[in-house]
Amino acid sequence: MKKQVRLKIENISLVIACVLFVLMFGAGAIHYDHFGSLSTFLNLFNDNAYLIVVATGITFVLLTGGIDISVSSVVAFTCVLSAYLLQLGWSAAVVICIVLVIGLLNGFLIGYCVQELKIQPFIITLASQFLLRGMCAVVSTVSIPIENNFYKAAALNKIAFKIGRTNAKLYLYVFLALAVVCVAFYVLNFTRFGRTVYAIGSNELSAGYMGLNVKWVKIGVYMISSFCAALGGVIFSFYTLAGYSLQNMGMELDAISSAVIGGTLLTGGVGNVLGSVVGVLIQGVIQTIVTYQNLNAWWTRVTIAALLCLFIVLQRIISIRADKRKGGH
Amino acid sequence: MENDLILRMEHIHKTFPGVKALDDVEFSLKAGEIHALLGENGAGKSTLIKVLTGVETKDSGTIVMDGREISPKSPIDAQNAGISTVYQEVNLCPDLSIAENIFIGREPRKRGAIDWKSVNEKSRELLKEFDLYLNVEESLDNYSVAVQQMIAIARAVDVKAKVLILDEPTSSLSTQEVEKLFDIMRMLRERGMGIIFVTHFLDQVYQVSDSITILRNGSFVGTYAADKLPMLDLVGKMIGKDFESLEAIPKLSGEKKDAEELLAIKDGATNEISDVNVSIAKGEVTGFSGLLGSGRSEIARLIFGADKKTSGTTFIDGKEAEIGNPLDAIKRGIAFCPEDRKKDGIIGDMSIRENIAIALQSKRGLLHKVSRKEADKIAQELIDELAIKTPSADQKIKNLSGGNQQKVLLARWLATDPRLLILDEPTRGIDIGAKAEIQKIVVELAGRGMSCIFISSELEEMERCCTRMFVLRDKKIVGELSGDEISQASIMKRIAGENKA
Amino acid sequence: MKKFTKTMEFKPLCILIAIILVCGIISGGDFFKVTIVDGHFYGRLIDILRNGSRYAILAAGMTMALGTGGTDISVGSIMAISGAIACSIVDERILGGLHGNVALAVILALCAGALCGAWNGFMIAKLKVQPMVATMILLTAGRGIAQLIADGKIVTITSEGYYSISGGYLLGFPIPMFIATGVVILFLILTKGTAFGMQVEAIGVNQNSSRLAGIRVERNLWIIYILCGITAALAGIIESAGIKGADCNNCGLMIEMDGILAVAIGGTSLAGGRFSIISSVIGALIVQTISTTIYAFGVAPELTRVAKAIIVIIVCLIQSQAFMNKIKAVGIRRSGKEAQAA
Repeated sequence: MKKQVRLKIENISLVIACVLFVLMFGAGAIHYDHFGSLSTFLNLFNDNAYLIVVATGITFVLLTGGIDISVSSVVAFTCVLSAYLLQLGWSAAVVICIVLVIGLLNGFLIGYCVQELKIQPFIITLASQFLLRGMCAVVSTVSIPIENNFYKAAALNKIAFKIGRTNAKLYLYVFLALAVVCVAFYVLNFTRFGRTVYAIGSNELSAGYMGLNVKWVKIGVYMISSFCAALGGVIFSFYTLAGYSLQNMGMELDAISSAVIGGTLLTGGVGNVLGSVVGVLIQGVIQTIVTYQNLNAWWTRVTIAALLCLFIVLQRIISIRADKRKGGH
Repeated sequence: MENDLILRMEHIHKTFPGVKALDDVEFSLKAGEIHALLGENGAGKSTLIKVLTGVETKDSGTIVMDGREISPKSPIDAQNAGISTVYQEVNLCPDLSIAENIFIGREPRKRGAIDWKSVNEKSRELLKEFDLYLNVEESLDNYSVAVQQMIAIARAVDVKAKVLILDEPTSSLSTQEVEKLFDIMRMLRERGMGIIFVTHFLDQVYQVSDSITILRNGSFVGTYAADKLPMLDLVGKMIGKDFESLEAIPKLSGEKKDAEELLAIKDGATNEISDVNVSIAKGEVTGFSGLLGSGRSEIARLIFGADKKTSGTTFIDGKEAEIGNPLDAIKRGIAFCPEDRKKDGIIGDMSIRENIAIALQSKRGLLHKVSRKEADKIAQELIDELAIKTPSADQKIKNLSGGNQQKVLLARWLATDPRLLILDEPTRGIDIGAKAEIQKIVVELAGRGMSCIFISSELEEMERCCTRMFVLRDKKIVGELSGDEISQASIMKRIAGENKA
Repeated sequence: MKKFTKTMEFKPLCILIAIILVCGIISGGDFFKVTIVDGHFYGRLIDILRNGSRYAILAAGMTMALGTGGTDISVGSIMAISGAIACSIVDERILGGLHGNVALAVILALCAGALCGAWNGFMIAKLKVQPMVATMILLTAGRGIAQLIADGKIVTITSEGYYSISGGYLLGFPIPMFIATGVVILFLILTKGTAFGMQVEAIGVNQNSSRLAGIRVERNLWIIYILCGITAALAGIIESAGIKGADCNNCGLMIEMDGILAVAIGGTSLAGGRFSIISSVIGALIVQTISTTIYAFGVAPELTRVAKAIIVIIVCLIQSQAFMNKIKAVGIRRSGKEAQAA
């Protein structure tokens, strides 16, 4: 009997990711004092809220089988431009609108190049990455602090918990990030747009033959990815209260690996945003452990890359075996 | 009579670079009619279907649907106009659930959100009409191609289509599955749907069709009532006057009784097929016949090392030979023209010369480069010998017509001086003239002592070329014929499974 | 025989000459000035040759990867690794037993590059991971590994022998130029003298067909990515010799873009197929000339990156068949309208 092969890839990956998270967190809790607390857990969200948003956005692109490596530059450009404009005395609302629109525009141009001009996604997003990173430096090569009151309020407002003797807090912007995840989950599972995303990743040609609007959905996913990156940039500027042209180098890998660890297939069609959130949390735990262990910060990167590698290999093996079992082409 | 006409296509023209695909073609379809669209490969059937479904746009002509002129520019346009299509290769999304595959793009919604409960319920109800009771929430790729095909039809029917196009729907179905499909087609006919049935199985045409339209080389031959057109006339009209040019090919004079064995596979298996036992004799043309997906290409790929062998032994000249990849096979004098010329055969952006020299180069190894001068000479000789129509050997192969591309592939392998030439569907999608030439070349090569494996869906050319034949069904060899035993009727019988061999 | 104007090298060569001429005219001839000091040549053009050799070496490897329809974006990180290894050995931070032997340091650094390339090759050829994703792993991890080798510090060295790899002269010309020339000649022998070039091209056009025509696709991909790794390591050594130390954070940072840019300007399609090493080398010199010129005219160096990104986008658009068709369609419509108006 043929088994539920495809479903399994997603589930196995997600289950492994969840187990991994619990194991890592547990190991940390046993090994270090003060690690196994609600506060550490909530801090994973506080510190990685921006990454949750970016990973959620990039999941859309990965689900169609595409890739977007411009997100880190979008985040950096958003921060630098916001900081620069706020320094000039622009109001927070206007600045946020401007950077979000820039995100949408960037996504539209990438999507148009991919869909209509048939340029490979990685080349065009690589070019976009360079362009925006260069633009950061054009705006400012030095770090600009943000002193706007709204940003400060957004950075500091939090909900504090007191359970027993431990204090824990959750910043308000985390709720914004979680709201984005909820909306993304709804869109992917309960709207025609979302289902078309899966259909394109599963078989783009078929999706076209079934009369789905492949063109606009494909442009749409790049717009979502880039928009989420811009929103992630806004949250990141709340988090750091500064804009610096070299921040977040290589963050696209964090976002992509979050999605992959969470069960998204890089060939598209399988995955979901909740997995991506688990992926982000796993990276958060790794980072926390590296900090606790007082290791070189680069260990985080190396570990994450190794983890990504492991999951990619896992995906390949499962899909190769699935193909064999199916006996199809 | 004209009142119940739902679709009328007139004076349709379509030209691709270098090819007149459709030349003043007409086609009309009535409600409650199953209308077969027939023609040889390359006659223009699929182009006509693509024009109708908006995958290609016509150059000129009119399409009138329900009295309204339409010109679909995309599959969505066609669907909105009431034309639904089920393609030969099932076009659904394997990762999505069955229910979703049926309803995607038009899911019932409740307060803006997709109402999954009703999606699943509705698809269960719909599939009940087709006598299918499946877990609709499971993902599609857990089911066989036959079931997937039914689901594709269910989807097509449910979009309130008035015209249903079935493009080669039976090519990968078993006899029972075909029967079931025909029942469904008849049921849909009762409901007043117009069905266009594209196939190359002629008996099936007579089982269900009411009328027949024939195309030949991109032109319209005629539309006939099925019961007034005997099969022999039908074949004559499909093949046309070129019938004689095919007849003129000398049939190989029977089986060579004393032929030595060149190659044998014992208990061979890949992930696709198992229990393969075949033996190929020197100087013979051995046919593998069977339906698409019956395992004939899989055996060819096994012999050539294109699919990884999981067990079994290959013998060449009676000695065990390890063939683990195509290069091993080439070094041992085996050559393989694959079924999908575009995907697995030609290297489109390279010149004819390079396409010819490439296999010889592999055979010699990386360090012994075939010089430009030598490549030129070999290419020119083969271009002349096989009468490849091209301005020069510098031409990119993708700019040639299908038949000439096939000849270049043949030239590629002849350059390696093979002992066994495997041809998988070498005549698919090429015009009749080139088809006859290729058949002639095969027969001549065998005459010179080369062994050939010939695979084709067209029994008539198999009958003419082969001196021995293996018949396959459901990935098993179900019969072996040789010499005078080979006839279209005897092959058909074994393919259909009526006669245990 | 093909006319020279029809070859792939012709267009990029014209562009290079044009750019140099324009720069020369704008700078009022300063650009062309070559002086001889201590028997060495000095001047802008010599600078371009010296600094461009890094790109030329990288481009040679990258051309082959792009020729197969793949890519290697980990070259910058491999440069950092090889620089870190070479400098650490020369500085006797690791493998003290070698006593800072420069030749052995270089050889070991090249081996490290080959190992990185082999890893990429394993992921791409064996596991069939998309080249972009496979090399992305090393892109991130590699810089971390380099940091760990150098223990998170900027390794500075004081070895005249090592400096001369970048700053030395031979017959009056900078040494990197000779290294680059040597690499290019080796690659030319490999691609033109053997059938390797044709096989790479075939793989880039159609992998399935190539395999069935007897090409050992897997083995060739391994070779290509290992070569990519070695060329990157070599470029890393030259760069670290140039700055007299290994700076893992910045060595070869984002240089993958320059490599891809050089190859694309050289006319190799980014989707794979027909390629020319010489064209890519000319492309590399164009990239270097643009960078040098931007510096020379006092434009902020940040803009270089923007300018390069824009050039890549333009080259992509020119290579995009769909884009050209659209342009043509607009042109036809316009001329149609004009005809109607007349």
